[in-house]
Amino acid sequence: MTAVLVGIEQGDIGIAGLAASGILVAVAVAISLWRQLGLARSLLWAALRALVQLLLVGWVLQFVVDPDDPLYWSALWIISMVTFAAWTTSRRARDVPNVLALSLVSYLAASVVVLGVLFGFQIYDFEGRTLVPLAGMVIGNSLAATVLVSRQLLIAADEQRDLIEGRLALGLSAADAYKPHLRQALRTALVPQIETTKAVGIVFLPGAMVGLILAGVEPSDAVKVQVSVMYLVLGSVATTTAVMSLGISRELFTPAQQLRRITRQSDS
Amino acid sequence: MYEACQISAKFVCCARRRCATISATLRQVSGTNAFVLEQVEAGMPDDPILRSIDVTIPATGVTVLAGPSGAGKTTLLRLLNRLDDPLSGEIYWKGRPLSDWDPTELRRRVAMVFQRPPLFPGSVYENFQVALPDISNERALHVLEHVGLSADMLDQDATTLSGGEAQRMCVARALLTEPEVLLADEPTAALDSAARHTVEDLGRSLADSGVAVVWVSHDTDQLRRLADHVIVLADGLVRATGTLADLDTSHDSVVRQSVGAA
Repeated sequence: MTAVLVGIEQGDIGIAGLAASGILVAVAVAISLWRQLGLARSLLWAALRALVQLLLVGWVLQFVVDPDDPLYWSALWIISMVTFAAWTTSRRARDVPNVLALSLVSYLAASVVVLGVLFGFQIYDFEGRTLVPLAGMVIGNSLAATVLVSRQLLIAADEQRDLIEGRLALGLSAADAYKPHLRQALRTALVPQIETTKAVGIVFLPGAMVGLILAGVEPSDAVKVQVSVMYLVLGSVATTTAVMSLGISRELFTPAQQLRRITRQSDS
Repeated sequence: MYEACQISAKFVCCARRRCATISATLRQVSGTNAFVLEQVEAGMPDDPILRSIDVTIPATGVTVLAGPSGAGKTTLLRLLNRLDDPLSGEIYWKGRPLSDWDPTELRRRVAMVFQRPPLFPGSVYENFQVALPDISNERALHVLEHVGLSADMLDQDATTLSGGEAQRMCVARALLTEPEVLLADEPTAALDSAARHTVEDLGRSLADSGVAVVWVSHDTDQLRRLADHVIVLADGLVRATGTLADLDTSHDSVVRQSVGAA
């Protein structure tokens, strides 16, 4: 890891470099204006937001990752990330019963499992510098899949109610009656991640690896980090979606194995 | 004064006990397999569909639940295998409250077919496996024959069956759990005339073979062809119960209309 971190320090593009990279935003804005896409303001706003958010995060991170700082700052940071991710999930899948608590449990479970493996097997050194970014990868990459699986499960419970109740009426337990829909929702959430993992290196070079190489790290070292990150993302997505879907499937049924009536307000 | 109060309290206590005993006895004498509903209220808590239902559903033959749309027929049917629970009141089957039954066991003994037959992905055989995972080929063919479907349909994709075939396949699938009661929620509503008669005949033959059938119907002709016993629901209440002969002579126009009396 030392070589990697030294490399990053060598890769400072400077304020001028950062400003110059803004030309590419200007290109996107120009295209929007030329083709009358009406996205110029959104593009500028997104670019500005990303810059400010990341500068802020970078500023705060320098305190959190300071080797002299106690790890509880990192722990606090992770708790904030988990809470914010759970809140975001609950906003995007608001019709799911008890969604906030389920999301919290899912993200915490994924953090414990994935970080447990990464630090338990000493793949990375256990310090703020590694803990916070890795936890960020776990939570950030699981968010979209968790929202997707939640919505899919709710849609199945609503639109395929006749099939689920058909199975219940044959004496199947709620878990067995819902199993095909649970499987389908999990597949829908996981398949994109699996495809991304398969295509890596051939179709695209992932951001973390590109960042490390640009920062001067040896490509062979960057690859090792990237592969571990890809596995981290796979494990995180699988864990959060599995915990979330099991939780949701329990919420959708009563103790008497009856499918609850859920009102879907919107899928937006 | 104190003694009088004691006597009065004893009387009330005895009267309550006697009432409970009489109620239990009623549940037993009304047939071991009969459903007994006591003060049942069901539907949405703020707007119940069934309001204080007291009725006994016989354990033999075909009982038709009739009445105008929105009367609560389907709501009542879904209570009998606990796809839904009542808001209040109690339902007994075989003398035991339904809430004491394990729902999965109850549903295998009190099977149900729906208005729109739920077809699971895969072949007819795979549909049978949902009800009975280790079903033999022989058993599958036997049950197909029982409902009047040909043996070569066993490997057919269930979603390609016609409406009548699909409904009969669903009855066959439900019969695999060897139910004592079959609940049928307007099973012929979406079928053409020929398919309707085939499914009706199937219902009748099941009742004759000892499976009690509780059948929801809007169709008064069908009711008159099938019913051994009729329960007329209206506005969430039981309007009348009895045989066709009983109800044909009713003075209540809603009842006469519901059973298609001349």
